[in-house]
Amino acid sequence: MDWYPLYNSLRISALSTGAVFFLGILAAHYAARAPRLVKGALDVLFTLPMVLPPTVVGYLLLRLLGPKRIIGAWALEVFGVKLTMTWWSAIFSTVVVSFPLMYRTARGAFESFDQNLAGAARTLGHSNLWVFWRVQMPCCRQGILAGAVLAFARALGEYGATSMIAGYTPGRTATIATTVYQLWRIGEDELALRWVLVNLAISAAVLLAVNLLEQRQKKGALPWR
Amino acid sequence: MALKVEIEKTLGSFHLEAAFETEAPGEILALLGASGCGKSMTLKCIAGIQRPDKGFISLNGRTLFDSAGHIDLPPQKRRVGFLFQNYALFPHMTVEQNLLAGVLSGSRAQRRAAVEEKLRAFRLEGLEKLRPAQLSGGQQQRAALARILVGRPELLLLDEPFSALDGHLKWQLELELADTLRSFPGGAVFVTHDRDEVYRLCDTVCVLNQGRSDPKVGVRQLFAAPATVGAALISGCKNISPARRTGEGLLECSGWRVTLRTALPVSEQTRYAGIRAHYFLLEEGPNPIPCRVERVIENLFSTVVMLRTPGPELLRLELEKERWAALAGREELTLFIRPEDVMPLTE
Repeated sequence: MDWYPLYNSLRISALSTGAVFFLGILAAHYAARAPRLVKGALDVLFTLPMVLPPTVVGYLLLRLLGPKRIIGAWALEVFGVKLTMTWWSAIFSTVVVSFPLMYRTARGAFESFDQNLAGAARTLGHSNLWVFWRVQMPCCRQGILAGAVLAFARALGEYGATSMIAGYTPGRTATIATTVYQLWRIGEDELALRWVLVNLAISAAVLLAVNLLEQRQKKGALPWR
Repeated sequence: MALKVEIEKTLGSFHLEAAFETEAPGEILALLGASGCGKSMTLKCIAGIQRPDKGFISLNGRTLFDSAGHIDLPPQKRRVGFLFQNYALFPHMTVEQNLLAGVLSGSRAQRRAAVEEKLRAFRLEGLEKLRPAQLSGGQQQRAALARILVGRPELLLLDEPFSALDGHLKWQLELELADTLRSFPGGAVFVTHDRDEVYRLCDTVCVLNQGRSDPKVGVRQLFAAPATVGAALISGCKNISPARRTGEGLLECSGWRVTLRTALPVSEQTRYAGIRAHYFLLEEGPNPIPCRVERVIENLFSTVVMLRTPGPELLRLELEKERWAALAGREELTLFIRPEDVMPLTE
């Protein structure tokens, strides 16, 4: 059995989770403090990819990143790099699709953060940066980690947009999700089932991790133990 | 001159207009008012956590906020200690780490020494390595106070420090806090809705009524002769009637349909008269008010009697159980009130 799809899926998911982790926290931090109208608008924009069919996301990404489209053409001209149909092209689609999960969980955590703690730290003389990194982030750690794990799981399971922007090339752009479809299509039922089991195992582990994080967060008092 | 505040802030349909000043060093000023009257907001404006729309705040000659001069010092530079209702200890840090977060100046050794001194002073020894959630309410409050005082603020701001506690625990903490406040040289602003706390802990009081502050008065004066209806109500006055000046020291009280003599100054703005439920005389005296007993309510240690007056409003009389027992069965009762206990009130 060629393990390339597993390796490829994991590295795509890891890299996209890394990106989404910071983007999501930044967006959540900003949205949690924004005025109501702005917040409503941002919320719609940031959550949209969660409810759109992945094919629509894939289509929109191709409209932007395709070699003859604005960004795609620019990257080709300036860097000589084609943004689609490489193994890392899938990162674009997984970032867009998993971003709402990170954003929403992080925002929830930030909103339930006790602002008195920030007020106390500031009257004690600490900078806003200190407050964010030393008080707010540790207090919201469980929620943020849960968001990252969910984003990772979603990236791992991404099929529609990925198959449009990265295609399926065995040994190059194949991921677990695209491999399962391909194997089933050509009648390799046995092999497809193996990949299905691999995927099931990973997803179950991820959900278990999320549950543990959420339980600890509910206990609240000593979530870092 | 210690603290001077003169601010306005509008939030939705709520409008805050607060003005007061403390003078004596170490003066403990109470901001007294019902919930939602803007007390906490005022405190947060002083600390710099919220920004007033306009106005002026200064502390010991330093301007903290001045809308006209575009001055708005961040909370980090105001040097005020803020004791939050829920104490706001950092939940992920130990007691010791929380206190260390309160000192920013000095070498590491100096900071440690300052923290250790406060740990001793606030009886937190042995609890250094615990986290806030593992402490009792009282220990949490002591830790929060220690964390504030270790940074040597110029002023203490206390936001309803006892509201989250049970009765007996509250009393113990109040005794401790009274000691801390008395030994702190800088003075304090104490926000509460509890008039008893004000009477026991504070020197002066400023009543906030639906966002507007009354002039500051001495605590004794608030209870002896409140100036406004709002102040009378918050200081626990149970009987208030619309009133009109009809002669030198005479108030015609339409709610009870009697004219009462008062020994307190009546002004052009006097619109109401107030009488405390405990101050009625039952035997001979001035200012007779003929009443009929309407209802008797037994309290734990006292009896409350609701009395029908010649006017449309009832009077509330409160007295010890034994005294009422001697009168029980009476349907008609004439109350008397000394002129110094009839309080003329403005709007």
